[in-house]
Amino acid sequence: MVIFDTFLGGINQGLLWAIMAIGVYISYRILDFADLTVEGSFATGGATAAIIMTLSKSFVSKGAGEGILMSIVALIVAMLLGGLAGLVTGILNTKFKIAPILSGILTMTGLYSINMVIMGIGSGNIKANLGIGSTGTIFTKIEEFMPIGRNWIIFIVGILAIAAVIGMIYWFFGTETGSAMRATGNNEKMAKAQGINTQASKILGLVISNAFVALSGAFVTFQQSNASNTMGVGSIVAGLAAIIIGEGIFSAKFPFWVRLISVAVGSIIYRIIIAFIYLAGINTEYVKLLTAVIVVIALTIPLIKEKIAKRAGKGKGPKSKSSDGSSNQETARDNVTADADVSALSKTEDAVANGASSVEEV
Amino acid sequence: MLQLQNIHKTFNIGTVNEKKALTGIDLTINDGDFITVIGGNGAGKSTMLNIIAGVFPPEEGNIIIDGVEVKKKSVKKNKKEAVEKDDSQVDETQQAAETTSLDITKMPEYKRAAMIGRVFQDPMVGTAANMSIEENLALANRRGSKRGLRWNIKKEEREIFREKLKMLDLNLEDRLTTKVGLLSGGQRQALTLLMATLIKPKVLLLDEHTAALDPKTASKVLNLTEELTSKDNITTVMITHNMKDAIKYGNRLIMMMNGNIIYDVSGEEKKNLTVSDLLLKFEQSSDGEFANDRMLLN
Repeated sequence: MVIFDTFLGGINQGLLWAIMAIGVYISYRILDFADLTVEGSFATGGATAAIIMTLSKSFVSKGAGEGILMSIVALIVAMLLGGLAGLVTGILNTKFKIAPILSGILTMTGLYSINMVIMGIGSGNIKANLGIGSTGTIFTKIEEFMPIGRNWIIFIVGILAIAAVIGMIYWFFGTETGSAMRATGNNEKMAKAQGINTQASKILGLVISNAFVALSGAFVTFQQSNASNTMGVGSIVAGLAAIIIGEGIFSAKFPFWVRLISVAVGSIIYRIIIAFIYLAGINTEYVKLLTAVIVVIALTIPLIKEKIAKRAGKGKGPKSKSSDGSSNQETARDNVTADADVSALSKTEDAVANGASSVEEV
Repeated sequence: MLQLQNIHKTFNIGTVNEKKALTGIDLTINDGDFITVIGGNGAGKSTMLNIIAGVFPPEEGNIIIDGVEVKKKSVKKNKKEAVEKDDSQVDETQQAAETTSLDITKMPEYKRAAMIGRVFQDPMVGTAANMSIEENLALANRRGSKRGLRWNIKKEEREIFREKLKMLDLNLEDRLTTKVGLLSGGQRQALTLLMATLIKPKVLLLDEHTAALDPKTASKVLNLTEELTSKDNITTVMITHNMKDAIKYGNRLIMMMNGNIIYDVSGEEKKNLTVSDLLLKFEQSSDGEFANDRMLLN
């Protein structure tokens, strides 16, 4: 039973954190922007959700309906503030020409103070953390009329939330605006040449990314009944870990919606692993180091594979040298067939002869 | 018609690396012109194209584009003014306002793209590798129009894309959902060319777009260039390092040196040019510098 609870707890954590991982996926993979705002905007989401529940305590305590309504309001406001953080980073980068990583760090650093101010609203002081255990959240309020256990409620809400998020993102990146955003991240020069306002694309992408990160922060705050200004520390690495684990399971050849699901699955696997680390009694302070090491290993595996292949190629002498990288060979083959394709287009061969003769003449 | 008026461009102003790239260029590109541009390294050919495209602004001078359709906004404005003056003149005012000349010197690159098609030297630059052929074409098909929250490809567009791809004769019409990154350089360049002309541009800028291809593929892409531009009578400026190509293609030839145009020839005179004529011209203009100039040309 303990094992099962740990398992379900890990899945729940994974579902709620998956929304953050998808936010990171938008900035890191789609926009090709290593956005560190995430570390701050995650806590902004948590702080916003916590303060809204605290300030509306008298309203929330009226009943389950009021509590759920207020929780949804808190989630929406958290998203708006997260989006605002993304907007700041976007403007720093595109309008003030500050490098992507530094733009994110600057916003993140600023948010560290802002988050404490948010949590201190109404108390006349700034606060480093804020508990909402006595107020109740969307999860405890649903439990009031659906007594199936907190973990199952979080599981159901988490599944619905992640499904909605994936649905929205899948739709958005299929639209003209979303498509322009993908082009901006893929090839900015091309995007500009096709009349895409790449600055606006980047800003909007960061707004959307950080809105989802903050939403995730708000959900996590609801789950643990507590927000703190350090809750986002290490979240970018956790997000990357989820993306990398997901990509390890699903190939990049799959359609976009499968890749979004793969990020969620990656996040769940990551959280299950962590849940069992906790269960094993390892000091939780080591988890971040472990995560960093896992991500480093995952990121270097392709490089190590390549090196091993190269060394193996050298060892076997010139004959196997061509097998250095099968991918190279493949592209070469691709080119050959492609060139043959192009030559099929030829109507006259004399154009080629012209090209050759001009060498001699000059 | 597109006009460059006294364009000056200097890179790294105020440093030891200061480089005068363009020194007062005046050029009028007439509608329907196919201009080939030749010149040595550092002559300012690419800089001129980038100035037209709006990659960076000139220090001095203006870029004027003619026959631009005025957007609804300004038509409305004219209408309003006309209403104030005399109701009966509304229609006339609107008619007159439909095309006008526009100073695009300060217009940002992405806005200018509505009027300008571009193909780059590097085949990887013109297309988005992670997106499919149809997605790339759909992006190009919205050049100059507002991008909203409609789905990025319409069904009827796919048919048009298929038709257009057939013209390339590269069997791409059956591979609409293939990622562009899987195509060869020649295929990508052909696709870029199609994308640049999908919405007819006021001017098509080709920056040595065949230089990175093998000779055989290059000549195919050049033939395709001629086919696409002559079909829709697209005004074109093509930089080339190949004098033969510069003579063979187009109705006008420009030679550049040290940031300015030193030779501008069109019509019969251009038709009768030979490579040795061009070499002679180079030697005359460069006062012996020519021997050191590694512009030459395969």
